[in-house]
Amino acid sequence: MNANPSSLRVNKRGTGFQTGWLLWLPPLTFLVVFFFYPLARIFSISFGRGDQGIFSLLLQALTSENTLSMLLTLALGLPGAYLFARYRFRGKTLLRALSGIPFVLPTVVVAAAFNALLGPNGWLNMFLMNQFNLAHPPFNFMHTLGAILLAHVFYNTTIVLRMVGDFWSHLDPHLAAAAETLGATRWQAFRRVSLPLLSPAIMAASLLVFLFDFTSFGVILLLGGPRFATLEVEIYTQTVNLFNLPTAASLSLLQLVCTLAISVLYTRLAKRIARPITLRPVLLTQKGLASSRQKLAAGVLIAALLIVLVTPLAALGARSFTRYGTAPRGEVVQQGWTLENYRQLSEDPQSSIFFVPPTQAIRNSLLYAAATVLLSLLIGAPSAWALARRTSSRLARILDPLLMLPLGASAVTLGLGFIVTLSQPPLDLRTSPVLLPIAHTLVAFPFFVRSLVPALQSIQPNLKQAAAALGAAPRQVMLYIDLPLVGRALLVAVVFAFTISIGEFGASALLARPEFPTVPVAIFRFLSRPGAINFGMAMALSTLLMLVTAGGMLAIERLRLAEVGEF
Amino acid sequence: MLKRVFIIGMLSILGWAACTPAPASGVGEPNGSGSTAPRPILTVMTHDSFEISQAVVDAFESQHAVELRFLKAGDAGTALNKAILARDNPLADVFYGVDNTFLSRAIAEDIFEPYASPVLEALPDEFKLDPGNRALPVDYGDVCVNFDRRFFADSDQAPPKTLQDLTAEEYRGQLVIENPATSSPGLAFLLATIGTFGEDGYLDYWAALVDNDVLVVNDWESAYYGEYSLHGGSRPLVVSYGSSPPAEVYFADPPVDETPSGVVSGGTSCFRQIEFVGILRGTELRRLAEAWVDFMLSPAFQEDMPLNMFVFPVNPAASLPPVFREHLVIPETTAHLTPDQITRNRESWIDSWTEVVLR
Repeated sequence: MNANPSSLRVNKRGTGFQTGWLLWLPPLTFLVVFFFYPLARIFSISFGRGDQGIFSLLLQALTSENTLSMLLTLALGLPGAYLFARYRFRGKTLLRALSGIPFVLPTVVVAAAFNALLGPNGWLNMFLMNQFNLAHPPFNFMHTLGAILLAHVFYNTTIVLRMVGDFWSHLDPHLAAAAETLGATRWQAFRRVSLPLLSPAIMAASLLVFLFDFTSFGVILLLGGPRFATLEVEIYTQTVNLFNLPTAASLSLLQLVCTLAISVLYTRLAKRIARPITLRPVLLTQKGLASSRQKLAAGVLIAALLIVLVTPLAALGARSFTRYGTAPRGEVVQQGWTLENYRQLSEDPQSSIFFVPPTQAIRNSLLYAAATVLLSLLIGAPSAWALARRTSSRLARILDPLLMLPLGASAVTLGLGFIVTLSQPPLDLRTSPVLLPIAHTLVAFPFFVRSLVPALQSIQPNLKQAAAALGAAPRQVMLYIDLPLVGRALLVAVVFAFTISIGEFGASALLARPEFPTVPVAIFRFLSRPGAINFGMAMALSTLLMLVTAGGMLAIERLRLAEVGEF
Repeated sequence: MLKRVFIIGMLSILGWAACTPAPASGVGEPNGSGSTAPRPILTVMTHDSFEISQAVVDAFESQHAVELRFLKAGDAGTALNKAILARDNPLADVFYGVDNTFLSRAIAEDIFEPYASPVLEALPDEFKLDPGNRALPVDYGDVCVNFDRRFFADSDQAPPKTLQDLTAEEYRGQLVIENPATSSPGLAFLLATIGTFGEDGYLDYWAALVDNDVLVVNDWESAYYGEYSLHGGSRPLVVSYGSSPPAEVYFADPPVDETPSGVVSGGTSCFRQIEFVGILRGTELRRLAEAWVDFMLSPAFQEDMPLNMFVFPVNPAASLPPVFREHLVIPETTAHLTPDQITRNRESWIDSWTEVVLR
């Protein structure tokens, strides 16, 4: 029945899809029971770490927190994406840029911001205690499952907002409108028309959110503590603490295999659901908020986004203007508002050679980010284009899931790999600053490609054929058909490359870096020393990082408005 | 527009590449046909916490007509791993920052050339853990539980004095520690408990700590700035360094007369970390590398360390800055384990700890 899915898929999509799954169930169960499970088992025994540790780590990663946080992220991200896709309103660009900032912030800094807001001595508890004359903080939030989930949503919502929102903004609203005219309810129109068309983008976003949390660059450790260990932590322990390289290597391999398995599953599904559609310019798909009901709904949604995404940022900003008293037996904990944290950034009492003034660090960060963007464009754009071609070769099908692997690679292992491989001229890059944008590009690469592919795949092939028939060379087709149509997606991809580079996920474990410290490196330098001044400066520099990131993203968004966004 | 972005990006990369110093190793490149003779470049590989004052670098460079280059290669363990894996084609001439918990690994992997520095004679024997002089001691620091003075003053509670006290009911839910699998002070604290209660007793002690609601986080930053009550958290006891209280004075604003943190130093409640330097096997600049090692052991460098890295000189001739003389608590005794013991048992200790505390 499923022998020729392409003929069935078009009109019997809903049921065809589900029976397809049912058909897959027996073979998949078979494989899990007789292949994956035994394999995982023998792996975990040969690791010599008991038969429980690794497996439970894996299960943990694949179940509860990650799935729950992914669903929550979608629950906030999808309505947000709809709002961004369909409506124009004041402050939209700013809100969008703000939503991307969490992505770049070091986890310790974010935890500090949450602490300043919701911690036992945080502003919320202080306020409640003052108002109601309470002796103890009434609100205990840190270290709860809620805190972990909130942190995930805080970090990941931007992925959904961007990847789904931008794709959605090009969907022709008339499709859903036509369904409604034909008698469908709004919900039916969404479920049967918009959702299937959006699913490639939603799946791409979910995959990234999931892998991002599951692997080395994740934030699962942020507020959860070591009980929520990931494979990456185990790899780190085996490598650094125990120098047990064989075990570490097997674990890295296992992490890669898991990533690969998830990616293969994803690409198979994505292939089936991607379909060409007519993308529309934003000018036609977006409108203002007209009725008061729309305004109310949008207001509630924006408020929710503001609370989850922006309040912690504001708390961080506010925290950077305070200094907590260290005077013994003083009653007041917070010492009022001050600019000292910023002023002292430019001083170093020891004049250490590793001190870097904030302007210099910002300059370095921006240069690395520019290099990463360029490198991502050079490498990512062609791969996305090759992947998206309808007549994809066998090679492309094999390569597709492989492109996700950098997200699944262990930073610790890869860092050691660099040491042993990049040691001969002309590639003796072990200590070169060039390695940094290369590492950033590796992490950004999956994001870059996944942002582009859904848009590229949705281009009507007859557009290209028409252009070719009219005498356009392949290069011209790419330049004048593909590029303008995916301009938005391309800029989403560029924003990802930019933010990943600015935030430097996991790169510190990768590299030996003698010169050119970036902002995150400078933040960690402060954070690694005790003292109120150091912590205050870390908060101030994080706030600057926040501003630089927002500025960079706004600048990139402006580029788009000027040219390609209009197509 | 896109083209313009490309061009701008390209240009910025070029400009950036142009101002990047060429990766250098060994003697300066012969093509530098400037008027001044090329100065050899001595590369020192180290961990991310390394700091040194400009003036101290200048002093060494001009005295030996050499250019110093520092390579920060991750945390202490990661940096050592990189040095080991780069053994056949070394990244540097000298490696600084192996501590006594990693010393045996460095020795076993044979990455250092022996060097009997003349300065060694002046150093106390307790620091010289490598009789073969491949790794020479540079500094030490103690990992101890810190307590928030204000918290204990406000609550009319006496701060704990020993490790055993931490399991008492009155300190329930007050201690935050770091995971020994991911954090160096976390491992040091685990070693302090093993040194104190022995291999037979430490797990019972940890079970008691767990019953007393100890909180485990992954790194020092999260513990100290996220959970410690001095910095807005809720726990008045934290595993940190003996040098943290003086650092709190030094980095206080407005200035304070008394340390806001105290140190739990009774019995053998602290673990002493000693850091070593060694000349990497295969260096072409052996003479300069020796000079640098001597320099690191001399008062000029030793007196620069405390305020930069918050570790203390092993050379008795070096004096401590005033803030440490006034506020530093150096425990009379510390938990004792040899590097060999640590290397042999590290895995089983961490595994058992994980079983008892995290599972």
